Amino acid sequence: MDAKDIVREKVTIRFAGDSGDGMQLTGSLFTNTTALEGNDLRTLPEFPAEIRAPAGTVPGVSSFQLNFGSTEIMTPGDNCDVLVAMNAAALKANLGMLKKDGVIIANTSGFDKKNLNLAKYGEENNPLEDGTLSDHQVIEVDITKLTKESLKDSDLGYKEIERSKNMFVLGLLYWMYNRPLDSTIEFLEKKFKNKPDIAEGNIKVLKEGFNYGETTEVFTDKYTVRKAPIAKGEYRSVTGNKATVLGLVSAARQSNLPLFFGSYPITPASDILHELSQLKNFGVMTFQAEDEIAAVSSAIGAAFGGSLGITSSSGPGIALKGEAIGLATMLELPLVILNVQRAGPSTGMPTKNEQADLMQALYGRNGESPIAVIAPGTPSDCFDAAFEACRIALEHMVPVILLSDGYLANGTEPWRFPQQEDLKKITVNFEPVRTGEETDKFLPYKRDERYVRSWAIPGTAGIEHRVGGLEKQDLTGDVSYDPENHQKMTKLRQAKVDAIAEFIPEQKVDSGKETGDALVIGWGSTYGSIRTAVRELIEEGMDISHAHLKYLNPFPKNLGELMEGFEHVLVPEVNNGQLVKLLRDKYFIPAKGINKITGRPFFVDELKQNIHDALSSTNS
Amino acid sequence: MLLKTRIDEHTAKGNGNSGTEEYSGKDFSSDQDVRWCPGCGDYTILKQVQNAMPEIGVDKKDIVFISGIGCAARFPYYMDTFGMHSIHGRAPAIATGLKTTRPELSVWIITGDGDSLSIGANHFVQLLRRNVNVNLLLFNNQIYGLTKGQYSPTAPEGSVSKSTPYGSIDHPFNPLSLSLGADGTFIARAMDRDPRHLQKMLQRTHAHQGASMLEIYQNCIVFNDGAFELFTDKKSRPREAIYLEQDEPLIFGKENDRGIWLDGLTPRIVNLEEDGVSKDDLWIHDEQDKTKAYLLSRFFDQPRAGNDHMPRPFGVLYAEERPTYDDGVNAQMDEVIERKGEGNLDELLRGPETWRVD
Repeated sequence: MDAKDIVREKVTIRFAGDSGDGMQLTGSLFTNTTALEGNDLRTLPEFPAEIRAPAGTVPGVSSFQLNFGSTEIMTPGDNCDVLVAMNAAALKANLGMLKKDGVIIANTSGFDKKNLNLAKYGEENNPLEDGTLSDHQVIEVDITKLTKESLKDSDLGYKEIERSKNMFVLGLLYWMYNRPLDSTIEFLEKKFKNKPDIAEGNIKVLKEGFNYGETTEVFTDKYTVRKAPIAKGEYRSVTGNKATVLGLVSAARQSNLPLFFGSYPITPASDILHELSQLKNFGVMTFQAEDEIAAVSSAIGAAFGGSLGITSSSGPGIALKGEAIGLATMLELPLVILNVQRAGPSTGMPTKNEQADLMQALYGRNGESPIAVIAPGTPSDCFDAAFEACRIALEHMVPVILLSDGYLANGTEPWRFPQQEDLKKITVNFEPVRTGEETDKFLPYKRDERYVRSWAIPGTAGIEHRVGGLEKQDLTGDVSYDPENHQKMTKLRQAKVDAIAEFIPEQKVDSGKETGDALVIGWGSTYGSIRTAVRELIEEGMDISHAHLKYLNPFPKNLGELMEGFEHVLVPEVNNGQLVKLLRDKYFIPAKGINKITGRPFFVDELKQNIHDALSSTNS
Repeated sequence: MLLKTRIDEHTAKGNGNSGTEEYSGKDFSSDQDVRWCPGCGDYTILKQVQNAMPEIGVDKKDIVFISGIGCAARFPYYMDTFGMHSIHGRAPAIATGLKTTRPELSVWIITGDGDSLSIGANHFVQLLRRNVNVNLLLFNNQIYGLTKGQYSPTAPEGSVSKSTPYGSIDHPFNPLSLSLGADGTFIARAMDRDPRHLQKMLQRTHAHQGASMLEIYQNCIVFNDGAFELFTDKKSRPREAIYLEQDEPLIFGKENDRGIWLDGLTPRIVNLEEDGVSKDDLWIHDEQDKTKAYLLSRFFDQPRAGNDHMPRPFGVLYAEERPTYDDGVNAQMDEVIERKGEGNLDELLRGPETWRVD
């Protein structure tokens, strides 16, 4: 009997196994093939928090989720349709992420007594046998055994054979979703160019997996997901952290400045340091500092010298950098601070998602210390946001915080990457040399019409001057305790940040009408979930719109007016309510928060429900 | 760096020499009123640093002073060079970022015992181990002056201060031993009350390629007056201080009649006349000998009357040529550029794998 071919609009697959089972690679290869097949997609990996958690245990489980479809895909998916569980621990860790009638592909060898014990099911309680999975469709395949069988005549060692079993799963899923094997075969041939027997073995197992689906009658259904209507062009896959790196390097190019990156390792920001450290031939200098404070301080030193100074961290590290960011505010030097947020407070949940550092970015320093804040909405948007952060820092002589998060940092999406010629130029003018013939004195804190002072770098004759953290006398930059001057300077520093609003785009409505009943306003990584939820609600007949803020300080100048066009303003955030406070404070509107603080992003379905609930309680 | 940027374009234009060789110390004095307490040791140090500037042969526009927080940290405001008065303890980190990106600059760090040995101790030791080519002047007055008189990390045990009314319990840092432990490549000591020697040490500090650490004993006239008096007072100095000169025997005493003799690894004080020891038998100073430098750094007895303790050494205890951090970073960047060619942004944006949607 041939399997039925069912057309699906969207599918979410979750690959889960032990850290050593190669689930990240399996997921990535399936993703690449899926992209080539013309689907829209998003992915999100989930790594164990421990580096080498014991094999077979729940903390050792690594997973990879892919959401793809023939329509627009903006999130890595809510609960999955298919869960690949390579062992009992993988099932245990991920069962909660599977839809009620979802499919489990279980590797039965991973459910032997040893694995059941390691996963703490107990050897007598095999979930595949005790009926606990009756809500789901379970497909049992002894992947380990079939892989060994497939490679019994090869010269590969036990370990290499064992390691090939992920290719069996991949082949099987390719059959299930009508995907070709060629790009994966090509990848394997390239990767194991110098180890042809491994390449051959992997390819054989991949094909056997595919054929297993074709020939056995275990599977009654297979699925087709048609091409999505995607804008024409050339695409690549990109994670948020990678896109951030590309944005920074592009900004350095477009301003013709050397890039100095001072950083201290921290999850989930470290990849930015790793990636940048490879780009020395782009004029990128990286400095792994002794601590977070030295990281930001070194970037300030570099900025004083005329480089594009950048530092990165996550919430706890940003807390340590606070005093130095205040110094940069006082020095009025360009500085870019990347915060790849994670769940807090304190050490919190380093590998989990949260966007709870907005207040810290805006107010987390002593004194009146205004700086610009910007947040990307998707992994590829990290490119634009990073570029913009640098542009604003350099053109407005101000520290800028970029608020990314773990969900963006590790998530991937297809990206129609730009060409250098498409990128904006960034204007930088160093204060020129003085010959001594000038009639006026050089004034380091003299400002232009945007309240921006000039960048006066060492090595320039005739403008030797001193800056520092003590309050500055207006114009001269001399130390001043004058009360009127302090008020004036405080206002000037604020005015300079406020004036940035004239140099950023106005706020647009992303989905829905320009005015109406309800406006959902989000910021940062909730973009995909909110957009999908709001679009579905509009389809369902609701009068609702979505606007997503990239510029959080200053806000786009039309934001107040935009919000006035709606009866209700709802603000979903993965925190306990931060943007909502800012909006209420600045615009005196009864904005209502929708908050999730579980370390996980919003699911589309729960968000829709939350929006319904929020509106009905407001209306009642 | 091989890769040329806006900074190179800009400084090429700015390369009109401002004629530093014709300058005197006064030309390095800024228009700001100096506001240390009358009689503060910082005045002498400022004067000597200003006087040192014309001598070092660096153009004024290429000199930067960076300080942290403390009385000494006001220093950059008084120098007519580029300067930054930064935040507490972080000057070494700021200087590292500046010097690494602008290796042609002469970067000076002004710091104190609280700034560099308490709040900024981490940055201090990291700067030394990395060997960033900067000059660090550590003004040691064994007290927190700016905050009005708390004991510092170099204050001797038992120090009575505002925060230690019954005497401090803390064991103090020995800054030179600490610097040696951090693999510093230039370690020296001077004092505010011997300007000529201080001037010599400033020249050496500048001349050394690498992180140069010069500790300067500085008298805080208000909160810790006389802390170093036995070393600085002309009467007691010959007995309590010993000046180190390369290849010269370790001799001190009013009549140059006392010396240090090395008995294995144990230094002993000998009387040249009485003990039948000649100058040739004495410990001959060798700046490049790290073991001996460590022994010298341990000449750290509390000065007191009597003849049974070691004199405190002044001068260059240790100097070693080791590749600098800033040179290394820049050389590595050039090496990568030579190997890979200047990065192509379009290729980087494309990445290794792309696909087309038509």
